[in-house]
Amino acid sequence: MNEYADLLIIGAGPAGMSAALAAASSGARIVVLDDNPLPGGQIWRDGPQASLPDQARQMRERLQANSNIRHHAGTRVIALAGAKQLLVEDADRGWLIGYDKLILCTGARELLLPFPGWTLPGVTGAGGLQALIKGGLPVQDERVVIAGSGPLLLASAATAKHNGAQVLRIAEQASAVAVAGFALQLPRWPGKLVQSFSLFDRHYRTGSHVVAALGNDRLEAVRLRHRGKIVELACDRLACGFGLIPNTQLGQALGCALDGSALAVDAWQTTSHTDHYAAGECTGFGGSELALVEGAIAGHVAVGNTAAARNLWPRRARWQGFAKALNSAFGLDPQLKSLAQPDTLVCRCEDVPYSALSGHVGWREAKLASRCGMGACQGRVCGGALQYLFDWQPTAPRPPFNPARIETLMCLDDTPPV
Amino acid sequence: MLDLIMDGRALKVAAGTTVAAALALAGDGCSRTAVSGQRRAPLCGMGICQECRVTIDGRRRLACQTLCQQGMQVQTRA
Repeated sequence: MNEYADLLIIGAGPAGMSAALAAASSGARIVVLDDNPLPGGQIWRDGPQASLPDQARQMRERLQANSNIRHHAGTRVIALAGAKQLLVEDADRGWLIGYDKLILCTGARELLLPFPGWTLPGVTGAGGLQALIKGGLPVQDERVVIAGSGPLLLASAATAKHNGAQVLRIAEQASAVAVAGFALQLPRWPGKLVQSFSLFDRHYRTGSHVVAALGNDRLEAVRLRHRGKIVELACDRLACGFGLIPNTQLGQALGCALDGSALAVDAWQTTSHTDHYAAGECTGFGGSELALVEGAIAGHVAVGNTAAARNLWPRRARWQGFAKALNSAFGLDPQLKSLAQPDTLVCRCEDVPYSALSGHVGWREAKLASRCGMGACQGRVCGGALQYLFDWQPTAPRPPFNPARIETLMCLDDTPPV
Repeated sequence: MLDLIMDGRALKVAAGTTVAAALALAGDGCSRTAVSGQRRAPLCGMGICQECRVTIDGRRRLACQTLCQQGMQVQTRA
């Protein structure tokens, strides 16, 4: 079975849902694809241990109630299948989707940096732990250390505590001056100020970063450096993430230009590729409020309602200001580039150590020599790390973009939709 | 509650639980064995890293993006 959409939206987080709802009144046939079992993205991930805000619930209900929006959950894009056509796959089948307009709302992933012991069971991303807990991971009475950078550390700690974990330490690598400078700007966005008070934790330390995860078969303790001094804490879990990086792979494969490490867009959320738009974290990290307004602008523009889109520009500018303050406060300390030791695995799929990579001049050469980035995640984890460590630019991905079944790839022979 | 079989053992989980969470409810939380022999567990929690891949009803799927279903059979890589 093949399918056609006037407007295809990739990602059902805040940006994707907002785009679909903005475009819906036009009557366009809208298809939303998402790789998670439920819409909401990462920030509004639902589950047995999640508590969703009302706004998320309402948007989800409106999405489901709209007869011209079709939502495919648990579905991934596997390959480009010709002009304005994608090959996709869910748990049961593969098929082709043709489209007229496309909005990329592919979000962001965590920057995970290699350090000794980071492959031990018990070590996760910071947002990673939060996502796993929402999905039902038991953490009652577990001792948890959260480390890395950015406001996600506090959000992850709040979810862990709410579900019975004992959070021993939240180690933020940014300096006290940088974090205080950011906090002083928060009154410009009163909702964020209130949120930051509710998330505050007495175990929060600035100028502090992970040095190693310790343990034999699983995590037993974590070694941190706090303002020059080494501290060891016995714990059951370490949740460590160094901020967010935009998911640009699909956009790059489609030929959309980058601006720095994010997809480049103009004031209409249009990418460099005609009829292709992008909104939310794939255009740069800015939080759910910015994603919502960018998604709405893209949705309006994609169905020709430029007036409605233009009305949202001031709201977007306000949240772009927040994003700018956030990104400058949580810049990464260059010391983090020396966390990996020669035997620390950088590529977790192919088990490639740092020593096999450090002599190379670029990503492609290192890949050919070591298989780094050629495993199941296709460099989504180590590619981000190596971009930070060595300034190597990851190349546009090649299909299949995700591990896929042979039967799915055989759909590429199907007659395209008329 | 849902009944599933995890590496041959019966397990009951709440509706909406991910297979990634079920791995921890059933045992040590590990999902696979890496090429150099280390045991690995879910890392990113959001469908990026592929560390949580397991065999579910005969197909390789990501534990963190799969919800448990009644009667599901899950195998981690020993």
